[in-house]
Order: sequence, then C-alpha cells, then structure tokens
Amino acid sequence: MSTATQPPRLYRAPEHRMAAGVAAGIAEHLGISVVRVRIAFMVLMGLSGLGLLLYAAFWAVVPLRPGDNAVPARRDLARLLPFVAIGLVVLMIQMAVFDSVGAAGTAGWLVAIIAVGAGVIWHQSAPERRRRWGESLPVPWLGAVVEESDRRAFVLRFIGGGVLVAVGIIGVAAVYSPVQNFDAVVNGIIFALVGLAGVGVVAAPVLWRTYNQLRSEREGRIREQERAELAAMVHDQVLHTLALIQRNAADVTTVQRLARGQERSLRNWLYRPTASPNERLAAALEQAAAEVEDTFAITVEAVVVGDRETDERVGALVAAAREALVNAARHAGVRTVSLYAEVEPEQVSVFVRDRGKGFDPDTVGDHRHGVRGSIIGRMKRHGGRAEIRSEPGEGTEVRLILPITGDQATAERDR
Amino acid sequence: MAEQATGPVGKAGDRPERLRVFLVDDHAMFRAGVRAELGVHVEVVGEAGTVTEAVSRIAATLPDVVLLDVHMPDGGGRAVLDAMRRTHPQVRFLALSVSDAAEDVIGLIRAGARGYVTKTISPDELAAAVRRVAEGDAVFSPRLAGFVLDAFAARPDAPVADPELDQLTNREREVLRLLARGYAYKEIAKELYISIKTVETHVSNVLRKLQMSNRYELSRWAADRRLV
Repeated sequence: MSTATQPPRLYRAPEHRMAAGVAAGIAEHLGISVVRVRIAFMVLMGLSGLGLLLYAAFWAVVPLRPGDNAVPARRDLARLLPFVAIGLVVLMIQMAVFDSVGAAGTAGWLVAIIAVGAGVIWHQSAPERRRRWGESLPVPWLGAVVEESDRRAFVLRFIGGGVLVAVGIIGVAAVYSPVQNFDAVVNGIIFALVGLAGVGVVAAPVLWRTYNQLRSEREGRIREQERAELAAMVHDQVLHTLALIQRNAADVTTVQRLARGQERSLRNWLYRPTASPNERLAAALEQAAAEVEDTFAITVEAVVVGDRETDERVGALVAAAREALVNAARHAGVRTVSLYAEVEPEQVSVFVRDRGKGFDPDTVGDHRHGVRGSIIGRMKRHGGRAEIRSEPGEGTEVRLILPITGDQATAERDR
Repeated sequence: MAEQATGPVGKAGDRPERLRVFLVDDHAMFRAGVRAELGVHVEVVGEAGTVTEAVSRIAATLPDVVLLDVHMPDGGGRAVLDAMRRTHPQVRFLALSVSDAAEDVIGLIRAGARGYVTKTISPDELAAAVRRVAEGDAVFSPRLAGFVLDAFAARPDAPVADPELDQLTNREREVLRLLARGYAYKEIAKELYISIKTVETHVSNVLRKLQMSNRYELSRWAADRRLV
C-alpha cells in the first residue's frame, strides 16, 4: 500500500468497500479487522449520530487509493443491510432512553447531510477537473460551485444547493422554535440571512480573484492556441521554403519562384478574407495570376477594383484573362505583367499589360490563331469583346470587356 | 526648393543636387540593404529604428524625403507622420512597407505620406520614387491606384457631404485607371492627349482628396471590406 520511503497515508479502499470504502481503508491503515472498525462506527451512531457524521466526513476528505485501476468489486448490498439495521436500532434505543435527540443531535445530523452533499459533488466530478481546481483555486471546493460544467453536474449542484438551503431553514426553525414562537423563527431566519450576507462579503474578494484567474487562464489558452496555429503554418510553409531556397541558392529562377509563392501564401494568410475562386471574380482572377506566376516564374501585379459573383460569362472572361497572362509570360520576355480588373455597374473590364517586345497585330502569324480563338473568339461568344493593342518595342495590352445586362446588374450590387 | 536645404549635418562637399534621404525601419538589416542600394543615387543622412528616435533625428537632420516603414512597435509610421506633419511640412514622406493591405496604404496616405511603395520594389524604381516625391509628386503604385478607385467607387446611395471635395472627377478617375493598369505618367499623358504636368496635377489632386475626404465615407468603405 505504501513504499518504505513514504509515510503510510490514509486512503479509502475500493476493493472491500460496502458504502464508500472508509471503514476498509481505516482498517487497512491501522492494521485491524474491518468488522471492528464498522462496529466502532455503529457504537458512535449512538452518540447523536456521530458515527454517520464521522463516516461522511471521512468520505468527503479521504481520497480513493490511486493506482487501483481495476474495476472495484460490486458492492454487496445484502452485507450492508445488517449494519444499517444495527445503526437504526442503536439510534432508536438512544431515542427511547433519552426521549429526544436534542439540539446537538440535530446540528450533528445537519452537518452530516452537508458533508454528504459536498462529498457527492466532490466525488462525482472528474479527477482531471478536480486537479485543475486544486491548481488554480485557493479553495478547491470552490471549483465545484464556480465551474460551468456539464448538465449532470449542474443538476447535482442545483439539487444540492436547494437541499442545503431547505435544510438550513428547516434546521433554524427546528432548533430555535421549541415553543411554537413564530416571531422567534422569523428572527432566526433573518439572522441566518444576515450571517449568509456576512459570509458573502467576506468571500467576495476570493470569488472575484477566482473569476479573474479563470478568465486570465482562458485568455492564455486562446493566445497559446493562436500561437500554435501560427507556428504550425510557419513550420509547414516558411521553413520548408527557406530550406528549399538554401538548397537552390544558385538557381535564381527557382529561388524567385519559391520566394514569390511563399510571399503570396503568407499575404493571403495575413490580410485576405478567404473567398472561393469558384464564386467571386476577384478570387478567380487572383488564382489565375498566381498560377501563371508559379508556372512561368514571372510577377503578376494584380489589381482588382470591385468584385462580383461569377457565372458562365464571367468564367469565360477569367479564362481569357488567364490566356492573355500566359501569352505575356511566354512571349513578351519580361519579368512583370500587370493585371487590372474593374467591376462597374454596366460592365466588367480586364486589362493585361506588359512592357515587353510587343508585336504588330496585323502581321500575326498562324501560330497565334490559338490566341485569337481563346481570347477574341471566347469573348465574342459570350457577348463581350477583346482588343489587343501592341507595338513592337512598346509592349502589349489586352483589353477584355464584358457588358452586364440588366438582370445581372442586380447580382453585381451585392459586392 | 527643398534640395537647397543642406544644413551642416550633411557631408560637406557633396554635390548639392544629391537628395537627402532618411530611413525609418525597425529592421536594421533592411535599413542596411536600402542604404546600400540607394546610396548610389541619393545621400542617406540618417536612420532610425523607433518612432521616438525617428521624430528627434528627422527634426535634427531635416531630410528631403523620409522613407517610412508602416509597421513598427509603438505606433509605426502613422505615429511619426502625426508627430512631424504639422511641425515640419517641408519634409516629405514616402511609405515603404512590406504590407500592401488596403487599410495600411490608405491610412498612411491619409496621414500625409506622399506615396506608398512595397518593399519588393526594385532599387532603381525606389530611387525614381524618392526623386518624384522630393519634386512634389505623388507616387502611386498600380495597387494604390486600385485602392483609391475602390475607396471612391461611385455609390449613388452614399451621402456626400461636399461633392467638390469628396468626389473624383472623371479625368482623375481616368488617370487612376491607367495608373492601375500599369501605365507610366508619360504613357498616360500620351493616352489621354494631355501633358505630363497635367497628369501630375491630377494625381496630386487625388492625393489631396484622399487626405481630406470625409472620414465617414472611408470608414464605411473599410467596414464594408471587414478591414476594421
């Protein structure tokens, strides 16, 4: 039960218990027979129920022996009955001999009931929560009262509190009105309330401090959680990118591509409200720009003014813009391409501009037919138009304009 | 005119047309990098890593242009601007930040910065931006132009306290659109058949309106985008 280095401690024994294992624990601790301890409790019952009072107090205070994870043996209620019977008999004899239980006896019973109630609350609560109360609160018991917990504990607390109040009032009435003097009862109750108020005033600072401690603990937990989230993101993305950059330090293009991708991801994480590219125009355009950035190792300066929901036609506009970006990345021979989109009540326009080589639009070769199809043709099919302005040496600008018809204008309003 | 303001603090014997630039950034590494890059084009007369240090050193050195970081401990670039704008109107501020979030950009411009560029800008472009700010121009990146267009987006239902003051003219809107599309000033001038000087005037007007436009509308704009 205990090692040589530790003084033996009193525990309740779960394996031989009838009610709560108090008697078995004491017997084990003192090295005497369980039956003797139980008889002692029975005899003490005779002294105004002192036996029950002691039992309840032991139960509330003495912890269950730790380490015994085995399922406790089922209580044999039949074996408990004789002891209960003996206890009742002792009590009845006492009443018969002394004619009444007396004020001291009543007080004893009240204390016993309160101790049992507190013991129930204490032992019903989970051990982990009890440990937390013990750490954070000056009075661990307070935890059972203050803590917001599950429904069962709440019901238990409600009933327990109600019983305590009722017993208290009945007790005051029973103790102080032996001669049916109603005024005395009222006065007694008033004094009891004054006493309660006094206790409240005394306990208020402790309660307040407890509340503050709990709140700061919760805030600390939230902060810790946020920090953990940030740390996870930095670890998963930033550190890996930096490691890749160190390994590819000689390859400028790769380094730039990695750095750009990481920058974009961090920026999104820090500043942007997340929107699905399938639903909003701005998100769709930014995703297209990001894809082109990653694929062709260029920078796309995307500026989107206004936003709207996407539909089939807007989707076509995004696809055309993407194609224009790809062309600029592939043929212009520049590092930076601008993408500007503006949503107006009557139209959506997208401009893709580079300051690269440029070309003469009149002498477009056959290999550019795909471009004509996927930009100009696509815009035409969906009721919009596309212009390509380019001069050799001056760069190229692709202008995509999609008019919004009346019924769609309402959809644009909710941006 | 500000270029002639070389005091005893600057290195004697420097050519007078060298711009005097002050760096404010809480990252010493970044300051060193910018100093190395910009040192070729301009004269870096000082640097500071905190708001209080910046306020006292700028007042002492009186540079032409202050490169101002947005996010710093104890208030950031906004605090420096608030402390300096009234007492030293001749010092011009160019915000240089890693953030291109709308509320940072608009916030700094409204506090009185003459331009806003992000830290990914190339050294040559940064030197050009510093020169433009020193000459009294505003520096609008395409992104900044986009934010401004967004902030002043036509809202028929929005109450306008002073239409003269708060609304952009069509011409200003055109100029901003072209800026947002990545056009340089001279390309805008060519596109709109106006002179470069006129483009600069339009941009300066936009900047002034941005600083003076009523708080209600901009805060509404920010709230609409869940920025505040």
